[in-house]
Amino acid sequence: MSPASAVAIEGVWKYFGDFPALRDISFDVKAGSCLALLGRNGAGKTTLLRILAGLSKAARGRITILGLDPRAEKTRQRIGMLGHGIGVYEELSAFENLRLFGRLYGVDDPRKTATEWLERTGLDRVRDGLVREFSRGMRQRLAVARCFLHNPSLLLLDEPFTALDDRAIQVLQELLKTALAEGRTIIMSTHQLREALELATDVALINRGKLGFRGERTWEMLEDPGWLYRHYGEA
Amino acid sequence: MSFLGQTLAIAAKDLRSEVRSKETVNASLSFALVILLLFSFAFDPDSDQVREIAGGLLWLVFAFAGTLILNRSFARELVNDCLDALIASPVSGAQLFLGKCLANYALLMIVECISLPIFAIFYNVRLPQRLALLFLVMLLGTWGLTVIGTLFSAMTVNLRLRELMLPTLVYPLLIPALMGAIQLSTVLIAGDTLGEQNLFWFRLLVAFDVIFTILSLGLVEIVLVG
Amino acid sequence: MRLKIILALATLSALLLSWDLYRIFLQVPDEASQGAIFRIIYFHVPAAITSFAGFYVAMFSSIGYLIRKDLRLDAAAAAINEVSLAFATITLVTGSIWGRVIWGIWWTWDPRLTSFFVCWLIYVGYFMLRRAIDDPTARARMSAVLSIFACVDIVLVWKSIEWFRTQHPGPVLEIRGGGGMAPGMEAPLWWNLLALLMLSTALILIRMRQEAMQREIDSMRRFAHAF
Repeated sequence: MSPASAVAIEGVWKYFGDFPALRDISFDVKAGSCLALLGRNGAGKTTLLRILAGLSKAARGRITILGLDPRAEKTRQRIGMLGHGIGVYEELSAFENLRLFGRLYGVDDPRKTATEWLERTGLDRVRDGLVREFSRGMRQRLAVARCFLHNPSLLLLDEPFTALDDRAIQVLQELLKTALAEGRTIIMSTHQLREALELATDVALINRGKLGFRGERTWEMLEDPGWLYRHYGEA
Repeated sequence: MSFLGQTLAIAAKDLRSEVRSKETVNASLSFALVILLLFSFAFDPDSDQVREIAGGLLWLVFAFAGTLILNRSFARELVNDCLDALIASPVSGAQLFLGKCLANYALLMIVECISLPIFAIFYNVRLPQRLALLFLVMLLGTWGLTVIGTLFSAMTVNLRLRELMLPTLVYPLLIPALMGAIQLSTVLIAGDTLGEQNLFWFRLLVAFDVIFTILSLGLVEIVLVG
Repeated sequence: MRLKIILALATLSALLLSWDLYRIFLQVPDEASQGAIFRIIYFHVPAAITSFAGFYVAMFSSIGYLIRKDLRLDAAAAAINEVSLAFATITLVTGSIWGRVIWGIWWTWDPRLTSFFVCWLIYVGYFMLRRAIDDPTARARMSAVLSIFACVDIVLVWKSIEWFRTQHPGPVLEIRGGGGMAPGMEAPLWWNLLALLMLSTALILIRMRQEAMQREIDSMRRFAHAF
């Protein structure tokens, strides 16, 4: 693992019962880069992201994030995860949700941070509204706020552009561009190629649990998103 | 934020959610009332027989109604994948567990404090002057129920048969605490003095609570993550 | 090699049991107060001890799994618990029969028997839990945690039921025959214990062999799935 790697994955295997979801995955992600993690449904993208987020443990292999174990408290402090579920509580208000996560992430002034992020995601007018009354787009934006509010160094996003409305996509893209400009690292799984490839500096393709391709994002890929799948996708 | 601060934040979150939805406490209370009603068909509420079994009746109601609350404890985190959000956050498994225990404890005590006078009314039981001691028994016994119930709620959260597995696993383990609570409650409700003999049950309850709190705090990380 | 050990243990225990049966039925006299049925303790008590010891050994195996993450330790724990549960069942059944003959009732709430019943319930729950979890790693860690809770809890269960019975006395199954056993009568008990321990070890080893074969099949299936 080179010193500039934010994430180092070495020989990782993961089984679910009989089924090998990940087979001997090894690659690095440099600090400050944006990796688009591609692959068909069921390829193993979500499984890998969950292991990186510390939600699951690899059966074999080693993972180092920012120099530490994924489950270390310091590591979790610096990771922001946006999974399939929005990760916010229905019975709490937008403000209460963000304040809670601010507290859990040890943010200096949870109330202030919560208010700031409500503004940044355009939810300040509904700050006291309960999430159960929010529209889908509003929930997505709140989820994004939760993910970013503690200034994470590493962002793990699982198919973030899926099912977002236009406003939410805009908000997210802006945030991601800013994050990259600030030197943060992003790993983003997607099969929505265009939006992801625009932001990406690097690409990795997972093909039935195995690493099919790992390299820089090229103009070719941007021009013709299907190119990767045709060349390195499943047989 | 400190260990305690984050733990309390989690407890507050659970309680706040429950106060807004009221679904679990309502279900639990309804269940308690139904059990009290059903038992009145089994025993003649006026007879002296009730004195002898009062403690047992009371704690059966508490244990059964309590399971509803305990089951929901981790199950409610599955909505929107909030459990993942919590586990991925820097809080330790112990903080998450303790926060939930505190919230469950509060909810259980609320249900019990409402059920107790209703029990006294239905079964024509005069509540003892030494109500404070009975309350102490409730505090000690309920903590045991809470700690075991919350840990196993975490263990069974992802299982299909969660509602079935939790009671199956938890009730046998709770037997020492339930026995202690039942014995002490029966004596106190009957208005008798707590002799030397019954001090054993107090010691047992405290020992149960201490041992299983420590054991749970130690093992919860393994249950939640691996 | 393993197979030879299993065979040796099984044969030895069978021989020992046969010899004991001969001694118990033909040599040991009837007990003074309880009569012929007292002989049942030669199976009841060793079964109880074997079962109990098994649960605790399994707990250590489970703790071993949590430390080393070796699934074979989990397989060992499950096998030991399974055999112990079987012996616990024997304990309960023999205890029940004994009670029926002596006291006329099928269940006497005898403190030791009641504690055993709670133990039995806990481990039935253990196997229900194992069956409900598909992922072997999750199954191993949840079982381990339950095993630790169970073994700690059983001590408290035992103490509390014992105390309860001193406050509310009832019919008790007297193992010492109401006054202590004559020297000649106690020996077969310990020999039988040895025999049952050997038998249980043989059964555990057989069970573990089954589990190992199952795991091999699983890994071959994994291989097939992957390609």
